[in-house]
Amino acid sequence: MYSQALDEHDDGLREAANSRFEERVAAEEKIEPNDWMPDAYRKTLIRQISQHAHSEIIGMQPEGNWLTRAPSLRRKAILLAKVQDEAGHGLYLYAAAETLGISREELVDQLLSGTAKYSSIFNYPTLTWADIGAIGWLVDGAAIMNQIPLGRCSYGPYARAMVRICKEESFHQRQGFDIMVALANGTPQQKATAQDAFNRWWWPSLMMFGPHDTDSLHSEQSMRWRIKRFSNDELRQRFVDVTVPQAEFLGLRVPDEELRYDEPTGHYVFGEPDWDEFEAVLRGQGPCNAQRMAHRRRAHDDGAWVREAAEAHAAKRNSSAA
Amino acid sequence: MTSQRGNWPLWEVFLRSRNGMHHQHVGSLHAVDAEMALENARDVYTRRGEGVSIWAVPSVAIVASDPADKESLFTPALDKIYRHPTFYEIPDGVANI
Repeated sequence: MYSQALDEHDDGLREAANSRFEERVAAEEKIEPNDWMPDAYRKTLIRQISQHAHSEIIGMQPEGNWLTRAPSLRRKAILLAKVQDEAGHGLYLYAAAETLGISREELVDQLLSGTAKYSSIFNYPTLTWADIGAIGWLVDGAAIMNQIPLGRCSYGPYARAMVRICKEESFHQRQGFDIMVALANGTPQQKATAQDAFNRWWWPSLMMFGPHDTDSLHSEQSMRWRIKRFSNDELRQRFVDVTVPQAEFLGLRVPDEELRYDEPTGHYVFGEPDWDEFEAVLRGQGPCNAQRMAHRRRAHDDGAWVREAAEAHAAKRNSSAA
Repeated sequence: MTSQRGNWPLWEVFLRSRNGMHHQHVGSLHAVDAEMALENARDVYTRRGEGVSIWAVPSVAIVASDPADKESLFTPALDKIYRHPTFYEIPDGVANI
């Protein structure tokens, strides 16, 4: 459907197209599916958007774990709505990635075969109901921090999908904080589960912003191409700065001995996440990697009959209409 | 799209108003083929600079819901007010949520 009307073998043409592309991006013009773009830009976006889509889909699992055990019907209806949103976000993003010329089938294959990555955060278990609160508050909070600038990214379909997603994420973060407020004002045992969940999700949430800028593989080019607007470290700092006062409001202790407010800069100084753990989770050695992948593969296989039935039904209707 | 004399196919026209925005439906027109549909769309719908990009889609390719199904399709969403962030009360003194 989308094509690039350019002779890819003519170096002169390619160079001219490339400098035109760089000018357009620098001028904050949006790049649309039919526009010429360098192969590396296309590949970078396919990688980033599909990883993002896969994260939404895998992200349904840790939350889905508590659907049948939510503490009230109200909480259950809300969590169900949230998990439905994650599926919706995955679909918006797959569709955006497909405008770059990759098929849905290839994208799904990449996830199921393990060649594509998804966010490391979803490889941690949700052990108590408080984890659902911590995920909404911290993980969705970190996601919003990352995603709001993506609403201005240079690739039109991705930017537009992100605007829609960010609007919906705001509900996710608030429902999480709402759970934390209830627990923090509850019995000593409820307070203890809130603190325990906070302790376990704090560091993985900081890791969501990715490695330090100095170790970040794709950062520089993505900044130039206006895919990325702020560096990993800038966004991580911003997250810490807004989240620590919220933790204080909840009466929770940030699990970081080095954390302190630095008056002159107006920022919090904080300790170093365990990057070995981050690398290990990315390599597939997190607490739930195997479980998440096995579940997704099983769900995909279990859904095969639905896809087959839909096609058979369409074929039957077509033949009776003819 | 094939056309018979005097019976030109109908096209739906979508405009992108500004760089980066969605295309939005603005109306329809008749044209013998895709090229003429774009030309006519330009003349009919963008005389005052309304757009930076045009999509013309054969009207027969549009699948539309029946307005009579409005209730069964859309009312189930209306009582799920908890899907909106404003449903949640944020205590005084909490910022950036």
